[in-house]
Amino acid sequence: MKTKFEKFMRAFYLAELLRGMLLTLKYFFKKKVTLNYPFEKGFISPRFRGEHALRRYANGEERCIACKLCEAVCPAQAITIESEPREDGSRRTTRYDIDMIKCIYCGYCQEACPVDAIVLGPNFEFATETREELLYTKEKLLDNGDRWEDALAANIQKDAPYR
Amino acid sequence: MTELFMGLWSSYGFPLLIILFKIMALVLPLIICVAYLTYFERKVIGYMQLRLGPNTVGPFGLFQPFADAIKLMHKEIILPTAASSFIFIMAPILTFTLSLVAWAVIPVGAGLVISNVNVGVLYLFAISSLGVYGIIMAGWASNSKYAFLGALRSAAQMISYEVSIGVVIACVLLCVGSLNLTDVVMAQKKIWFVIPLMPMFVVFIISILAETNRAPFDLPEAEAELVAGYNVEYSSMTFALFFLGEYANMILMSALTTILFLGGWLPPFQCSFFSMIPGVVWFAAKVAFVLFIFLWVRATFPRYRYDQLMRLGWKVFLPLTLLWLVITATVIKLTGWTASMSTGVLS
Repeated sequence: MKTKFEKFMRAFYLAELLRGMLLTLKYFFKKKVTLNYPFEKGFISPRFRGEHALRRYANGEERCIACKLCEAVCPAQAITIESEPREDGSRRTTRYDIDMIKCIYCGYCQEACPVDAIVLGPNFEFATETREELLYTKEKLLDNGDRWEDALAANIQKDAPYR
Repeated sequence: MTELFMGLWSSYGFPLLIILFKIMALVLPLIICVAYLTYFERKVIGYMQLRLGPNTVGPFGLFQPFADAIKLMHKEIILPTAASSFIFIMAPILTFTLSLVAWAVIPVGAGLVISNVNVGVLYLFAISSLGVYGIIMAGWASNSKYAFLGALRSAAQMISYEVSIGVVIACVLLCVGSLNLTDVVMAQKKIWFVIPLMPMFVVFIISILAETNRAPFDLPEAEAELVAGYNVEYSSMTFALFFLGEYANMILMSALTTILFLGGWLPPFQCSFFSMIPGVVWFAAKVAFVLFIFLWVRATFPRYRYDQLMRLGWKVFLPLTLLWLVITATVIKLTGWTASMSTGVLS
């Protein structure tokens, strides 16, 4: 009988509702967790798999030896490679395309690469206005490599102990 | 000829101009308030959810309402082929107009009212009842099942809660002895009605939440079940008018709460420091407080189920308010106390 009366009184004085409202009021004054995105960016792991890049050696020679392991391992079949011997006899790619729309960013190409040529960099802000711009060519990938080399090298260095 | 013209001017033209000026002086700030209420809502709810809310357009995101308005104006007004176009267009216009028309009798300060009619409360009640028509028309004319269901829910809900609102207002009127809103405010000079009529104040707040279709009673526009209820087929400015109407109604209901329970433009204590601040500021501050409660409740509670909503309206609020009406009347009869007699504003 008493419990019923207590229940009624609690309902009558809206006790639970007021407690809920006090909780939201407390949160009103708490520190906010919003990251002011274009101006502030969150932490990115050295293992982050973002936009692809083809790296070069310090002397400017491109690393890729056209072994086509990345093309073979790619589960989305996003990579297309054609190759032929260069004048000096070394095997080089004549074409290295990645369809960034097919790519699932699994990072297998990076894992497969014996010379650390193709890597997935820390850049994730490469949205484009047309679909064609996302069909990356060798030039675009090499250019990415040149632009991001410092960050790429640092990330590989950091991740090296765990490989 | 000139005399006739001058006569017409002085007896009709000039007063008309004055009235138009008064209307502009009330409606323009009101529209700006409505625009900033949307900003305020997004900020408050954001803060309660540990977010920042709009903060990019202008300092602290203060230009966000204008950006939204421009966006809405540039959109296409879509007329569904199945819709009955005249009623479809009329519905938002009606909703918006009614939400503004009601402000004619709201006194925002001592003597600051467009028309100080003696049946102000009745007028407000009539206008807020008419608000259902806009929604029913929108739901019917859209010829869409979601809009129709939303409109039916909304109509049932508004009618149910208008009953308890009416009885609550009757309680206040018993204490005042006048239907004039200015008198209602002046009767609270000694003590705001929120204290002697506390349970009725709570019932009134909850009822106006239901009346304006706000969370937790926003069933008519339940996104999850009805996509957006009666305004699902609307776009661009027709949608914006509904939106503005809804928010103007929120402000109107907050103003009504302020007048009936929180002493209108009167300061909380009659000391010289408080009296120095103009009444309009007190009024605005109180309305803002009630609006904050609106948003606070929205940020806190989940939506009511439909049968629970009806149960609350008819089986809890109606008996409770009727009981309190009898209690109020008995107390007044036995003690002979009315606020108007104790302050002597009515004579």
